[in-house]
Formats: sequence, C-alpha cells, structure tokens
Amino acid sequence: MKIIRIFNRGVKDGFKSIFRNFSLSLASISSAAITLIIVAIAIVFTYNVNSITKNIENVLTVIVFVDRGTSEDDINILKDKIIANENVLTSSLEYKSPDDLKEQLSANEDLKNVLNTLDENPLQATFVFKVRDVKKISETANNMKTYEHVSQVKFGESLASKLVSMLEIVRNACVITVVALIFVTIFLISNTIKITIFSRRQEISIMRLVGTSNTVIKLPFLVEGLILGIIGSIIPVLLTVFGYTFLYDYVGGDLFSQLIVLVPPNQIIYLTSLVLIIVGGLVGMFGSLNAVRRYLKI
Amino acid sequence: MAFIELNHVFKTYSNGVSALADVSLQINKGEFVFIIGESGSGKSTLNKLLYREEKVNKGNVMVGGVNVSKLRNSNVYKLRRKVGVVFQDFKLLPKLTVYENIAYPLETYGLSDTVIREKVLEAVERVGLKDKLRCYPGQLSGGEQQRVCIARAIVNKPKLIVCDEPTGDLDPKMSREIMDVIEEINKEMETTVIMATHDKEIVNRMKKRVVCIHQGVVVSDQEKGKYIEYENN
Repeated sequence: MKIIRIFNRGVKDGFKSIFRNFSLSLASISSAAITLIIVAIAIVFTYNVNSITKNIENVLTVIVFVDRGTSEDDINILKDKIIANENVLTSSLEYKSPDDLKEQLSANEDLKNVLNTLDENPLQATFVFKVRDVKKISETANNMKTYEHVSQVKFGESLASKLVSMLEIVRNACVITVVALIFVTIFLISNTIKITIFSRRQEISIMRLVGTSNTVIKLPFLVEGLILGIIGSIIPVLLTVFGYTFLYDYVGGDLFSQLIVLVPPNQIIYLTSLVLIIVGGLVGMFGSLNAVRRYLKI
Repeated sequence: MAFIELNHVFKTYSNGVSALADVSLQINKGEFVFIIGESGSGKSTLNKLLYREEKVNKGNVMVGGVNVSKLRNSNVYKLRRKVGVVFQDFKLLPKLTVYENIAYPLETYGLSDTVIREKVLEAVERVGLKDKLRCYPGQLSGGEQQRVCIARAIVNKPKLIVCDEPTGDLDPKMSREIMDVIEEINKEMETTVIMATHDKEIVNRMKKRVVCIHQGVVVSDQEKGKYIEYENN
C-alpha cells in the first residue's frame, strides 16, 4: 500500500512538474525532438541504403558461357564444378542450352528473323547464377574462367559492384551516426533537465532535509524525463509517418532507376516510430536520473 | 547513555576553515539547550552534524543511539525522519500552501491521506495557524512562516528538534511568540531542543542550559545560563 502511494505520488508529481516548469519542459522537449528527428532520418536512410544494397546484390549475376560443341557429359561435369564453388548461390543456378536461348530470344520478332536466317544456332549454352558474397564476385568469375569448356565469364558491370561497396560504407556510417546521435540526445536532454533541476535544487534539498529517501526524490524526475522524452518523440514520429509516406509517394517508390527502390512506408514507419518513442523515453529517463544524482550526495 | 553525544569532534571544511576542534558534549532526552557564539564560531556546524548535513572529520556524533558520523548517504533519510529542523530562512516551498508544506514530508514517507491530515492538523493547532492552512508562504508574515516551518519539523513527532537561528529574521515580539511555541513543544511533547542563536534577550529570558562556542571550541556550558560574549582576538 505504502509503495503504491509513493509510486502514485511520484507519477503525479512528475506530471505536475512538467506544467509547473513549462518553459524548461518545452526546452527539453525541443532538444529531444530535434535530435530524434535526426535519429529518425538516419534510421530511415540506413534502412533504405540497406535495402538498395540488397536489391543490387540480388540483380548481380554471373554468366558462364560454355564452349560450343561441348558434350552433355562435360556440361554436367562443369555444372558439378560450378555447384562445388562456395560462393555460388546454388538455388539460383540455371542452365540454358542454345535452343532454350534461341527460343527465349525469338520472343522478339526482329531477333527471330535474324536467327532464322542463320543455318546454325550461333548461341552458346550458359550457366547463370547469383553469388553469396558480392565482394568476391570477380574472384569467383576469374576462377570459373580456368574451368574446362568455359569460353568466357561475364558478371554485372563493375560499376554495380563498386556501388555495392560504396553503399556498404554509407550504411556503416549511418549506423555509427545513429549511435552517436543517441548519445548526443542523452547529453542534450540530460543538460536541459539539469537546468530544470538546478532551478529546483532548493526543493530537492528540502526533500532531503525532511527525510525523503533518495528513491522517492528520484521518482518524479524519472517520470518527468520519461514523459518529456516521449513527448519529444511525437514530432519525429509524425515526420517519419507522414513525411516518409509523402516522400515515397512523391518519388513514386524509386529513385533514378529500378535498382534504387525505396522501402515501402508500411514496412518501415511503424518500427522506426516505436524505436523513436522507446529511445526518447529511455534517454529522457536516464538523462533526468543523471542530472538529479549530483544533488543527492549530502 | 545520553540522548546526544559528541565525542572529540573535529570538523574542518574543504576550504581549510576549521569549524569545530575537539568538541565533546552530552545532552539528555527532553533537554532544551542553547548553543551560542558569534557568527562563524561553529554553532551552525555543530547543528548540521546532528542531522548529518555535514560529516565530522574525526570523532563521533551519536543521536538516539545511532552513530550519525558513520551513516551512509543513502540512509541519512532515516535519521532525518526522527529529527525536526527549523531554519532561519524557513525553507518553505513557495508554490505549496501551508497545509501542503507541512504534509509534504509525510506524503513522501507514503502515509495515507487520513493519517497525514490528522498529523498536520495536530501540528498546525500546536503552532496556532489553523486559519491559515490554505495560504501560500508569500502571504504570511515572517513569524507565521516560521510557525509553518516549526509545524513541519514536529509533524512526524521527532525526538529531537534542531533550530538554527529560528528568530534571526524576526522582530522581538514575534521572536518571543516563536520561542513560546518551541518551549511548549519541548515541555509537552518531551522533545529535545537544540537551538543555535545569538539572540541575547531570548537566552537570558528563557534560563535554559547554555553552551557557548568560541572559535570552534566549547568555552562554557552552564545550567540555566546567561548569554556570554567573547571578543574575537
């Protein structure tokens, strides 16, 4: 009963204090909001970079051209060799005989006419596959060139693989930014709350003098920090939900090319919002706790 | 064993100022003791040691069987619930009413509203402020504010009340009234009272035990004593 009363009082006082020190509360909320907006942008950006990277990785394929006239047995041996390569995503491996390819190309009327004028099928049988690790794609391709009955090996433009490694750097930078920003938010909220608490140090010292335990003193500040953090996350959450949806609709889902596709809003906005609210609340709470601690020494 | 015991207490502040040097004192339960001395003599420091706002450098301070000097920071609140403190500047919360100011400590102890109300009304009646319960400190005179401070100090029925120049900011008439209230509490509730003051008139009129501190040392300790003035040399 006693604990419930103390807890209720703490929660009530925390709420009251937000309104009593309204201007300072507003300052805390603003600093939380600003940093959380940047956190939100960084999260959404990281998520998209991640997805774009994956898209590009998925598109990158290796094509192995088989010498003309290679016997079926030799083709099977070659297939086994390709499967044996660790970097080959075996589920994606596809064999296309010259006839298959001719049929495929014949879908285009012009090409069909050209192919029909030739006596022999000029096309080469191919193995097409994706790799597990895009960074090793050229190594894998070069390796394939040494196999018997392989005339040539081609893989996605080198630009694409460069893009992938660049995006990876961007992604890592984003993750570091998010983590750093969370610390900045803690620091900012902690400092703003420190000002709030500084203006209330008399109150705290009186609480101490009349025999209030440290836990009871901390509780309202903890609640206050939590609420301020959560309120501070509202604007970033709204920006994420509506801003990102607007952006997505505005650019029509993809930027520049089919390869750079934005993540659909419903896959990202709810999770990001949840993360923002949790980060806001926790950061507010720890910031507040950190600020009040120094006044509880004596 | 005496209710309060100071054994060879030394206190030097971090800036090097020595406030108390080898002070030993024994105070019994229910006693009323004046601690007198000029400004900077160490009387406020002695008071602060009793409710652990300051820590001793050497020696022991025992209050009601508890070794205050060895109390951990996180446990200080337990001591302060048993010690009422009256300040010269009242230390009331300006945004709370008289009732709320007095109820404040009890609320933080987690007592129920009924118990709090009962205790607050009892304390308010004792200091004669029943009709001012809904006022804010800013609407009260200095004497009335000091009464609120006293009511807050006694609301939890402490065994000890420590007063630091409680009449310092009040005129002689108000001072007398405040002293009457404190004396009544001392007699009727058998609360030990320790009061640091340099109000000559009060000390001479009350005829209580007087401990005189000069430059951090106890220079006299008289039963039913009078105010003694020491010149700084």
